[in-house]
Amino acid sequence: MTDQPKISLRGVHKSFGPKHVLSGVDLDVGRGESVVIIGGSGTGKSVMLKCVLGLLTPDSGSIRIDGEETVRARSADRDRLLHKFGMLFQSAALFDSMRVWQNVAFGLIQGKGMARDQAKKIAFQKLAQVGLTPEVAELRPAELSGGMQKRVGLARAIATDPEIIFFDEPTTGLDPIMADVINDLIKSSVKDLGATALSITHDIASARKIADRIAMIHEGRIIWDGPVSDLDNSGNPFVDQFINGRADGPIEMQVLRP
Amino acid sequence: MILLNLLAHIGRLFLGFLAASGRLAIFAGRSISQVFRPPYFPLITLQQMISIGYFSLPVVGLTTLFTGMALALQIFEGTARFNAEGAVAQVVAIGMARELAPVLGGLMVAGRVGAAMAAEIGTMRVTEQIDALTTLSTNPFKYLIAPRLIAGTLMVPFLVLVGDIIGIFGGFVISVNLLNFNAATYVKNTVDFLENIDIISGLVKAGAFGFVVTLMGCYHGFQSRGGAEGVGTATTNAVVTASILILTTNLILTRLFFSN
Repeated sequence: MTDQPKISLRGVHKSFGPKHVLSGVDLDVGRGESVVIIGGSGTGKSVMLKCVLGLLTPDSGSIRIDGEETVRARSADRDRLLHKFGMLFQSAALFDSMRVWQNVAFGLIQGKGMARDQAKKIAFQKLAQVGLTPEVAELRPAELSGGMQKRVGLARAIATDPEIIFFDEPTTGLDPIMADVINDLIKSSVKDLGATALSITHDIASARKIADRIAMIHEGRIIWDGPVSDLDNSGNPFVDQFINGRADGPIEMQVLRP
Repeated sequence: MILLNLLAHIGRLFLGFLAASGRLAIFAGRSISQVFRPPYFPLITLQQMISIGYFSLPVVGLTTLFTGMALALQIFEGTARFNAEGAVAQVVAIGMARELAPVLGGLMVAGRVGAAMAAEIGTMRVTEQIDALTTLSTNPFKYLIAPRLIAGTLMVPFLVLVGDIIGIFGGFVISVNLLNFNAATYVKNTVDFLENIDIISGLVKAGAFGFVVTLMGCYHGFQSRGGAEGVGTATTNAVVTASILILTTNLILTRLFFSN
């Protein structure tokens, strides 16, 4: 049981009309491992994440969590699986009608049926963990900066002590220093929980920092997969081009050249 | 060739209509099934009831007040042509209770509540807040939509009942002050003439309209895509489809209630 992967994708396909976004993704994420998927915009990173979360249903293929098939699972089974997940959204996706602490406590109160007072206490703890003061907890999300919203989003994602945490572009839109703060927080919170982490990003600095293993997705397939230490000598021209940010190389961007 | 293109176009429109109806039916089915399954959210339902019921009172009250007044004037002028001016009280009462309070009230609620729901849920959709709900183990149908459907279906009848009273009162004010009716006779005529079915049919209609308005607001908000423009389109569609459905449902229900 111990070597069974926490998350396992096999031959996952997803198309939107004539557009093939995922064309056979194979990926394993081990228990307690932090895997970062890198890839350009529109290569299917977000779609892959949403398929694992069950927000989208793949056209074919299999996605297993702890060996349990999730594609076309019954909704009761799916609800049970969702309890294992935490997710940090790219835009933080905080509920703007609620206060910050209510956002963090939401999964505890609604998802786990915890009493309000106790959930509030935990929410304050989790907010402290991501470096936010109790004063911030009483504010509305709209009153916060982008970096603070991300931190609240992180606190919300870890509030229910999930077994698996997903990070969707955790550093996009932040200044380099705040990005590094978020990276550190992600690293420490994942380690504290002993959670499995699956992130998608195109920020290479962030990927190097939070990943144990990196996989690169291109045209709906995983084209390279290896430990962070191998990233610089992957021998893969696609990976080389991407991590060095060169316009010339095997990856052709859909731009009209003059 | 032109004929074929025309036929193909009509076919596409028809298929699109069928697909949209199917999507709506599935959405409605999922929503209604969540209304009856625990856990329930009484606090959110109560909030929605206040926002739909209490805060729509001024709009519905003013609408029915002026409609009742105008109706009294029109009926007086119209019936004078065949010397039946005495029927003003009865016609205002039946017109308001059976038809005008539910339909106009429903349309006003569509503009006020349906639009706001589509905008709120649409914004939650495009900012990934609905996805976030799912990842926090909360079914958005149960948490967002079921409380709104319950509140809409229960509160629009309440609004219409208030509207009935205000509308009939409007007719009374005009008749007594402008048309020189005797106040006591007017009230007696209204009370004697109105039957339970007049009020009840109006309230049943109101319940159906409340359901339609909230369903359309939630459905279009839920389906919205692509940022501010998508939310704008969703809001427009919610109000337009709700209004048309109110008018068609009204015809069908009227026929069902009064077919004998």
